[in-house]
Amino acid sequence: MRPGSNKPRIILLGVNHKTAPVEIRERLALKDIEPSPLELFSNLSCCEEAVFLSTCNRVEILASSKNHEDAADTIKRLWLEKGGLSTVDLSKSIYSYKDRQAIRHVFRVASSLDSMVVGEPQILGQLKEAYRMASKAGSSGLILNRLMHKAFSVAKRVRTETRIASQAVSISYAAVELAKKIFGDLSGKKVLLIGAGEMAELAAQHLLTNGVDKIIVANRTLERAVELARSLNGAAISLDEIEDAMIEADIVISSTGAPGIIVKKEQIKKILRPRRHRLLFLIDIAVPRDIDPAINDIDNVYLYDIDELKDVVEENKAEREKEAQKAERMVEAEVIKFISWMDTLDVVPIIQKLQEKAERVRLQEMARSQKRLGELTQRQRDALEILTKSITNKILHDPVVCLRKGLPENERDQVLAITCKLFGIDDGNNNK
Amino acid sequence: MHRFLFQITLIIYAISSIGFIVQILTLRKDVERVCMWFLTIGFATHTVAIGLRWIAEGHPPLVNLHESFSFLAWAMVGVFLLLQLGYKIKSLGAFLAPLATMAMGASSIQPARLIPLPPALKSLWLPVHASISLLAEAIFALAFCLSIMYLLQERQIKKKRLRGIFKRLPSLDTLDIMNERCLKIGFPLLTLGIITGSIWAEEAWGSYWSWDPKETWSLITWFLYAALLHQRLTVGWRGRRAAIMTIVAFATLVFTYLGASFLLSGAHSYATWFE
Repeated sequence: MRPGSNKPRIILLGVNHKTAPVEIRERLALKDIEPSPLELFSNLSCCEEAVFLSTCNRVEILASSKNHEDAADTIKRLWLEKGGLSTVDLSKSIYSYKDRQAIRHVFRVASSLDSMVVGEPQILGQLKEAYRMASKAGSSGLILNRLMHKAFSVAKRVRTETRIASQAVSISYAAVELAKKIFGDLSGKKVLLIGAGEMAELAAQHLLTNGVDKIIVANRTLERAVELARSLNGAAISLDEIEDAMIEADIVISSTGAPGIIVKKEQIKKILRPRRHRLLFLIDIAVPRDIDPAINDIDNVYLYDIDELKDVVEENKAEREKEAQKAERMVEAEVIKFISWMDTLDVVPIIQKLQEKAERVRLQEMARSQKRLGELTQRQRDALEILTKSITNKILHDPVVCLRKGLPENERDQVLAITCKLFGIDDGNNNK
Repeated sequence: MHRFLFQITLIIYAISSIGFIVQILTLRKDVERVCMWFLTIGFATHTVAIGLRWIAEGHPPLVNLHESFSFLAWAMVGVFLLLQLGYKIKSLGAFLAPLATMAMGASSIQPARLIPLPPALKSLWLPVHASISLLAEAIFALAFCLSIMYLLQERQIKKKRLRGIFKRLPSLDTLDIMNERCLKIGFPLLTLGIITGSIWAEEAWGSYWSWDPKETWSLITWFLYAALLHQRLTVGWRGRRAAIMTIVAFATLVFTYLGASFLLSGAHSYATWFE
């Protein structure tokens, strides 16, 4: 990078279900904080544009910045301060990406390749909502607009051209199929959701349409439990009450973001008798897992985690990996395209200046020659105009084409600098 | 004529057994339909064969091993067909039909000649005791098949190997509920079989209970089924444990039925009585 380059950079900071427990994610979501996180970050001088994404499983800030090498640090500092986490060492939890990596990350998130349940469809909607908020607030501009639109189109391509998306749907489908193989008829069965994530909601809805009787939602924040319970026509309880609820339940779906085990083996053993040994089907879709895997050893209790559910539907893992690779390739191709578009961003002004300068010189020289040439006919004037224009164009043609074509990464900064030097143009940075 | 019909029945049962197994491997609906027809026709010829034998002998054909095996097979197929009217348990045929065919085969290798009834057995209690006991055995045979299916399916789900047979077997709850129903019908029949037997014994030998090996083993079997029923109803035993228990109880039942006849000697031993 040329020193003091004008080239905009893309910065992404975030935490997700893999890097941080739900407590930290919730604080970083900066809910109910004035001014809103979007305003907060876009008001930073180092931040040209900003988009703020917050879902159950991730919180991310996407920003573009010019001229500020330490923009990422500035944003991070403000973020932690507002989240009340300044004193905590989160260097392992918060990932920070720049440019190529950031673009790739955004595309992967949009395509649901980075989701807890790969291929789950909600994330795209959430990203669109985040973008809508940003454009309403006027915090997204040329670069993030384009990045977002590209992300949406990559996501759409991944969804239609690979079978990644069908996997998430098929996980809840698999859960229903398995439940049917255990219980036969699902009518009269009760479902307990531990954690109110999107995937759990999807599975619950699927079970409801298959005749399940009642849904109980347990969540750390009761508010969200009540909200989800209302939409599923069920009841809401707090996490402390799950043991009692499990006595009643036939199917348990767990999807909390908790860092440790929530349902322990002893707990299940304890409720076997009150349950009168009724079959119990546990589904653990959380990453990391919520339910002790040893529970599967208990008689009449069946525990499936998310990978095992995937195995139910997909004929083989190799196939699945092939689809994932295909999706990653699509993402990569779009990343490269986006980067080359970004590269033209600082080439375009130079080309413009080059052309402006040539035009200026031409006009000056034309004016100077006017006296010596004396009175000319209109035809002669026109011919002269064409002549001078075509000379400047011809001279500039090769350099412009060379710049436009896109230069190799390692040479481009140098070439741009040399171009500016040779033609004596100001590259927009050394001004004042 | 009844012998010819008996042979025909055996062949038909064997064919439908193979058919049911083919069906479970290929999941072809048409094969299933054809098998059901075959089995129904076999049941009809079997019924006629038993009826003709009854006429020829002048007493219900429930006396020697040939006849009791034959009746057992008949009852098993009958119960299975009856079950199909109410509950369609797919793939049960692949387990029950071969078992019935085996009983039929066992019957066919026993001496089948007609025998005059010894005076000790001439009683109305003979057909009542024998048919009720054999019916109970047929129902427990069904429960045994359901338990085997349960264990197979349970392993598939537990070990998360969900290909092959997993798709072909019914759900765990269905198998368990049917198993429990079999127990609830079979157990009173077994009890009734033992009571009628005891009454008949009093009439024939002057004592309700003489602790001959078959009687003792019947009692053991009865206790096993009683324990299973008790656990199911009070503690809510079900699933895998109940299925294993059903299999153990059935093994005891088979031993009572066969072992007591062949290995241990006593009033019930068909083998010695009619030689």
